Amino acid sequence: MNVIINGEKETVSDGLTLAELVSGRMRTDKGVAAAVDGAVAPRSTWSDLVLQDGAAIELLTAVQGG
Amino acid sequence: MTDDALVVAGEKLESRLILGTGGAPSMQVVEDILDASGTSMCTVSMRRADPQMTGSLIDVVTRRNVRLLPNTAGCRTAREAVLTAQLARDALDTDWIKLEVVADEHTVLPDAIELLDAAEQLVGDGFKVFAYTNDDPILARRLQRVGCVAVMPGGSPIGSGLGVLNPHNIAMIVAEATVPVVLDAGIGTASDAALAMELGCDAVLLASPVTRAQEPALMAEAMAAAVRGGRLAFRAGRIAKRSHAVASSPTTGMAIL
Repeated sequence: MNVIINGEKETVSDGLTLAELVSGRMRTDKGVAAAVDGAVAPRSTWSDLVLQDGAAIELLTAVQGG
Repeated sequence: MTDDALVVAGEKLESRLILGTGGAPSMQVVEDILDASGTSMCTVSMRRADPQMTGSLIDVVTRRNVRLLPNTAGCRTAREAVLTAQLARDALDTDWIKLEVVADEHTVLPDAIELLDAAEQLVGDGFKVFAYTNDDPILARRLQRVGCVAVMPGGSPIGSGLGVLNPHNIAMIVAEATVPVVLDAGIGTASDAALAMELGCDAVLLASPVTRAQEPALMAEAMAAAVRGGRLAFRAGRIAKRSHAVASSPTTGMAIL
């Protein structure tokens, strides 16, 4: 299925959870937050959150900023 | 010196200089200015995570026992700011948030309507809100009323380095503040930071004047000294301004020469 991750269209396996997506992409999940389809996806829900076809996922972290 | 730590949201911060990390040319410079400033808290922004990213800002900051204050920089609406704050809380495990809701990229000035709306929603959601605001005493009052733990008026536009353009308004905000007042934005050099503290601000938050200085660590040290000097002068109480001179040497006992 296709999802959009940080604005880029990507193909991922069906049934992928948000936790699996994060661990597959990031060196660490420390300091990472996720939103799915414009809503906050709290860390505690990641392992049960099965991504749907067409989902828009934003993965954010802290960067330098004033 | 007696204990003069800043207390905000019930927590003690030893340094009254809050450092923004935006604009630093490298992670090494971030480390250098954290050390040179002696800050107790620094701001960070929430942005899309780069999987290739090496060297974590979070590690650099927390290793020094410096508290993280995530911001909502770039948000234009209350909705965006609330979501960003919630994401920051989930990522960084803190309910402290520097709330920025700005009108446009050109002025980067707060949008008062969206700001107040976001502040109210975030306070209701359990956040400790540090509100970046205009130098408007009435808006500062409204932000306090909805429960912000600090009001942070800009001295002048973000990154402008124009200093404190309306000291009178800042003094008015300080005069009726029931929460700490943090001069946020517009500082250009050390004397601007000292002036803010002399006006009675409880702390100064700055980034660009340090991160974009020719010698960032040196300027960080200068800002720390200025904030401390301004704070001491405020506590000591300045002399009244007068139109004419008052000799400091005795006027009696003069020899007839």
